Parts: sequence; structure tokens; C-alpha cells
Amino acid sequence: MQLEFSPADEQFRNEVASWLRDHLCGEFAAIRGRGGPGDEHHFVDERKAWERTLAEGGWTCIGWPEQWGGRGATIEQQVIFNEEYARAGGPGRLGHIGETLTGPTLLAFGSEQQKQRYLPDIRAGQAFWCQGYSEPGAGSDLSNIKTRAEWDEQERVWRFYGQKVWTSLAHESDFIFVLARTDVSQRGHRGLSFFLVPLAQEGLEIRPITQLTGTAEFNEVFFDGACCSPEDLVGEEGDGWRVAMGLLGFERGVSTLGQQMLFQVELDEVIRLAKENGASRQPALRQRIAEAHIGLRTLRYNSLRMLSGEDDGSLSREAMIYKLAWSNWHRNLGKLAMDVLGPEAELVESAPYELNRLQSLFLFTRADTIYGGTNQIQRNLIAERALGMPREPRGDA
Amino acid sequence: MLLESAERFLGEHSSSQVVRAAAELPSGVDLALWSRVTEELGWQVVAIPEACDGLGLGAVELVILLEKLGARLSPIPFFASALAAMILRTVPTSPEQTRLFEALAGGAVVAFAHTDARPDWNEVGVKVSSAGAPHIAELNGEARYVIAGGVAEQLLVAARGEGGVRLFSVPSDAPGVSVRHRPTVDQTRSLAEVTLTGVLVEPGCELAADWERGLGVSLDMARILSAAEQVGCAQEALDMTVAYVGERVQFGRTIASFQAVKHKAADMMLKVESARSLLYYAACTADAWLQGSADDQALREAAAMVASAAGDTAFFVTGTGIQLHGGVGITEEYDIQLYFKRARALEAYLGRPDESRERLAQMLLDGPELEGTVHAA
Repeated sequence: MQLEFSPADEQFRNEVASWLRDHLCGEFAAIRGRGGPGDEHHFVDERKAWERTLAEGGWTCIGWPEQWGGRGATIEQQVIFNEEYARAGGPGRLGHIGETLTGPTLLAFGSEQQKQRYLPDIRAGQAFWCQGYSEPGAGSDLSNIKTRAEWDEQERVWRFYGQKVWTSLAHESDFIFVLARTDVSQRGHRGLSFFLVPLAQEGLEIRPITQLTGTAEFNEVFFDGACCSPEDLVGEEGDGWRVAMGLLGFERGVSTLGQQMLFQVELDEVIRLAKENGASRQPALRQRIAEAHIGLRTLRYNSLRMLSGEDDGSLSREAMIYKLAWSNWHRNLGKLAMDVLGPEAELVESAPYELNRLQSLFLFTRADTIYGGTNQIQRNLIAERALGMPREPRGDA
Repeated sequence: MLLESAERFLGEHSSSQVVRAAAELPSGVDLALWSRVTEELGWQVVAIPEACDGLGLGAVELVILLEKLGARLSPIPFFASALAAMILRTVPTSPEQTRLFEALAGGAVVAFAHTDARPDWNEVGVKVSSAGAPHIAELNGEARYVIAGGVAEQLLVAARGEGGVRLFSVPSDAPGVSVRHRPTVDQTRSLAEVTLTGVLVEPGCELAADWERGLGVSLDMARILSAAEQVGCAQEALDMTVAYVGERVQFGRTIASFQAVKHKAADMMLKVESARSLLYYAACTADAWLQGSADDQALREAAAMVASAAGDTAFFVTGTGIQLHGGVGITEEYDIQLYFKRARALEAYLGRPDESRERLAQMLLDGPELEGTVHAA
């Protein structure tokens, strides 16, 4: 296991850090550390301006090939970028769906025309994307998609009917990629197709979902005849599942160290608070704080193991446990933060429901063990793919 | 390469029958197997300096071997041999140090004896007294829970004297030394009790004076090496459990197909892989300490983290392993119980996981800040 990066990579780290130091200031000072999970709805205009500044500096889409404006950055360099970005207090990235999902999907499966139409605006921080996978009846069972795409021969467009849900930041985005059923005679992952759809149009409605934190980052997206052109079908008709899943197997934890940097900031805050208010003298809390420290360091070495592993596209055992490990860790930290706060934990900052950072952490981390594959689904995946245990038989309902 | 050859050799020569047979011996050690390991594979030279006929490698290589030995519960004194080498690398150079390195390289068993009946697993636990420095010292007292003590030719004895804790090299057949074998709950790893009565030690056999810091470092090294056995023990318990539930049929299907069982197995793997990630870090930190690029504090932190994680992991995984085996899990016939017993023994050795966490809490909450906790790899 490699615990250190190469001198060339460290040089790259210095370059990233110094650019961020020089640019994440002045008009952008107010958005440092803002817009992360639980705070994504704040400072949207400022964060869009920040995306364009990042783009001008050549710091968007660094993993893309140079031909499309990227740097062709290695996995290590992308990890370092994310780590330094988090260390510098870089605001939550509005461009990350476009950069990490739409872009790579188009690079792998898109037509030349699609690449030319969409990639430059993502790279420039001008077009923002959201993700249209989940539906009310397609959560853990993602392939159970009911949203239909029908071919309108008269207008020569695809028309969409149905509903997507948990669409982060749809109300601040320009496009949504949609996994929809083009062959309603097929079930499961057959008969699905992958489309690129503009959000600002007739027949498409976005409704925010108010969460237990009182804030609304997620949305429902309703389709009632909204359309896209035939050129916006990615891959072949009926090939949507392969397109949607194609890149998941190659995830090697580029964002993990950056995420852990944010976790460390939160843990440091909990430790500082515990020392201040005397919670640090309670033996039971001392145990849990030590456990939190061990857990976060475990995530780090787990990530470094992932990075030191074979780059053959297969998921290693340490990669397979990562989601379950970090989500449990983070959720436990939220509870620990409340317990360290003591009786004060119960009082909100101001009416009607203005939460402080740790209260928000406590409530929002309940989502961590649900989105992106619930803990139950993660355990199924570990048992079936890593341990070779049998799959659960599928019900017929 | 080390890994594959270790797996192959232990698969052939350290079967469940061999382990169970050794448990019947008074010493609990299969000396014939140990001879084969030292003569054919030479693992005992891994951490010995090159100048003393060794390979000059360190904890990274030792934990690879110890993981495999822990997975087989192998009844050989490799842990004691490896720990002795690491302890000797923390003391000042001396002719006795060289002699011991060479003896270890030749396959001699050297055991570490440092604590009494109510162990604090730190310098407070050292109860053997030494008098007479700097001339011939006289050792009196008792050290318990000595791993491989029953087959050791040589003892490394921590003793308390006027200048604090000191470390002595004592032949186990020296006048006044008596070694008593103690059967254990963990039947596959025995412990010994060493009594020293008026044992006279030549000045050259005092390996270190003022050794409190060295004892702390040595115990941290021991925690890291022991964690490797725990990770191996847990991995094997997971593997044998997954194999068992894949064969056991109830309600017309293998019980491995039930989510209640799969999710337990997934939690077992989550813990094993997490402990293994920490173990690799801790081994790198131990080697960095030997090379002077990590300080005592970094080593103490790494050891506390891995001791806590590996201890909890091995106990949880072997205990859950028994549960998933159902009725046969509590029989003498099935091996899972042997792993459970080993996990319990190792969890308590050198301090329970909660004691490790308290040591960490002192570093995090009471002392000066740990610097750059994330970036310091």
C-alpha cells in the first residue's frame, strides 16, 4: 500500500493549492465551505460564477481528455485535486453531475455530435446537469423504471411521460439525463433508453421536496409531454441500462480523500467542542470520539489501498465496502455531535427552524445510509459480489 | 511471493489436525513444524538485520506472514521470534544484541517477559526487580502470560530497578529461573509463567537501561504484530462461515441465500477489510519508526487504532461465525470455536480495545493536538 504520492504528484498538489489560494478569495470568500451536502441550496448564483472561474483556470473536468478541454489527469491527480479543493474550503460543486456523470457517459457512449454539443458547455461551467434515474417505484430496484419515452412521428421528437424523484438541484440545472422505457412490453433493465433532455420547456414541472432539515435540495420532476430531439438519444434505443451502468464499475474513489477532508473538518469541530464544554471528560464519549477518529483514519487507508490496487476496472474488496463504511461513519458522527453538544443540541439557532451546522449534520446524515444504494443494498452487493453468496429470488409483483 | 509460499506451506503443513495435536502437547508448540519453517522457509530471518544473517525487512513483511499464521492458528513460535527481533532493534547496539540476533536467525526461540498478574500492559506492569547495577544485577520476581515461554531458550526480561525499567537477556536455564506452562482457554496458544529467584545477570546481558520509552515502543510493535494475527484469524473465520452457510440447507434452500445471513456476512467482511486497511498503515508506520521517519507518538497512535479495530473485528467476526454455524458452531468438532477462543485471547492481550481507545482519547482530548490528522499518512 502506497502511503505517499510521487514527487510529480506533490508538485501538482502545490499547483492546485496555490491556484485555489489565489482565486478562492475576494468575491468568493463568502462561499468557502458552503454548498456541501445539506447546504446545497445556498449561494447558487455565486457558486455558478465560481464554476466559470474554475473553468477559466482549467480546473473543471481535469480527468477528461485534452481534446475535450480536460487535462487528462491521472487518478492520483484527480484524487489530489479533490483533496486540495476540500482542504481549501472549495464550495460544493454545482458542475459535478455534468463533469463526473454526463461527460464520461458521453465520452464512452455518445455520438460525435452529442460530444460537440454538450461537452464544451460543461467544461466551461456554463451548463449544469441533474440526474434522472430514481422514480417513486424505482428506488433500490432501479431497473423498475416506469417513465416512458414515446416517439412522436409528426414532430419527430421523443416525448416523456412519468416522474423522476430525488433529483438534486433540478431547479438550478439546465439539463437532465433521463433513463426512460422506450419498449413498454419489456420489464426490468430491458427496453430502457438514455436521453439528454433540456429542463426549461413545456410539459416538464419541477417540485422541491422539503426534507427533515426544513431545506429542499431534492426535487420531483414530472414529465407530461416534454421532449427531446432524436439526436439526444445516447447509444442505441433499448441500450439505456448499459449506458447508465457502464461507468460505475470503473469508479476508483477519485472523490474519497476530498470527502474525508470534509469529514475531518466536522470531526475536528466535534473534538474542539468536547474540549470546550467538558464532554471530553466523560468516559463514554471519550470512547466514541476515539472510535470516530479510528473510523475516519480507516476510511483514509482504505482509499489508499483502493488507489494502490490493480487498475483493471474490477472492484476490489476494499472498494466494495467503502459506501457502507463511510455512510455509517458519517451517520454515527452526526449522533456523536448531538451528544457532545449536550442539552444545547435541542435548541435551534432561530425560529422557525434554522439549524446549526451540527444539528444539520445529525439530521442530514440519515440520508447517507439511504441514497446511492441503501445499507441493505450495499450488504447484498458485498455478500453476492465479494463473498459469492446467492442472489435473492425476484418477486413477481 | 512471500504470501503465496506461506499460504501453500501452511495449507499443507498446518492443518486443523496439526493444530489440534499441538494443543495436546504441554508446551502447545509444534517444534517439528517450527524446525521445518526455520530450515526450509527461513521466516525467522525476515526482520533480523542483514549484518546478523537476516533480510533486514520489517513489520510490513512480518504482518503478511502473521496474517497467514493467524488464519491457520499455526502452533509455531513465530510471533515471539518476530517480536523479539523488533524489540532488539529498539535497544542500543551491543555484543549481546548481536548474539541474540544471530540466535534468532538460527531459529532459536526468544520470549518476551514483562508483566505480572494484574497487568496494566505498560511500565506499571513490570514487577520483576533488579538490583546491583552497574555490576552484576540480581533479578527477582515473576512475569506472566509469556507467549512461547515454555519453549524459549532465551528470555527478554523487563525489570524495575533504581534507574527505572531495564531490559535483560536471560537464558531460560539460568540458575534461579523457573518456567511453568499454563494451559489456556484458547487451547491453541499456551502461555508460560516465569519466576526469577536471585537470578544473577552479567553486565553485558543488560540490553537497555532507562527502558521505559523502549518498553512503550515494544508494546506498540507487539500490538501491531498481534493485530496481524487477529486479521488473519477473522478472515479465516469469515471464509469458513461463508463456506458453511453455502452448504447448509433449510427451508429448501441454502441458508446463504437468506438476507438475514448475507447481511451478517457482509458486516463481517466490512470489519475485516477495515481492520486490514488499518493494519497495513500500522505496519508501514512501524517500519517508518525503525527508519526514523515516524515518532513514538505516530507509532502509539497507529498501534492503538489497529489494536482497537482488529480486536473488535476478530471477536465480532468469530462470534458471528459461531452464530451463523448454528448448533454445530458450539461443538468441539468444528474449527470455528478455536478461532473464537483465539480472538478472545488476542483481544485481551496487551490491552482490550476500549483501553486502546482510551489511550487514543488521551492523545486526542487531553494532550497537545495531533498535527495534520488527515494528511499525515
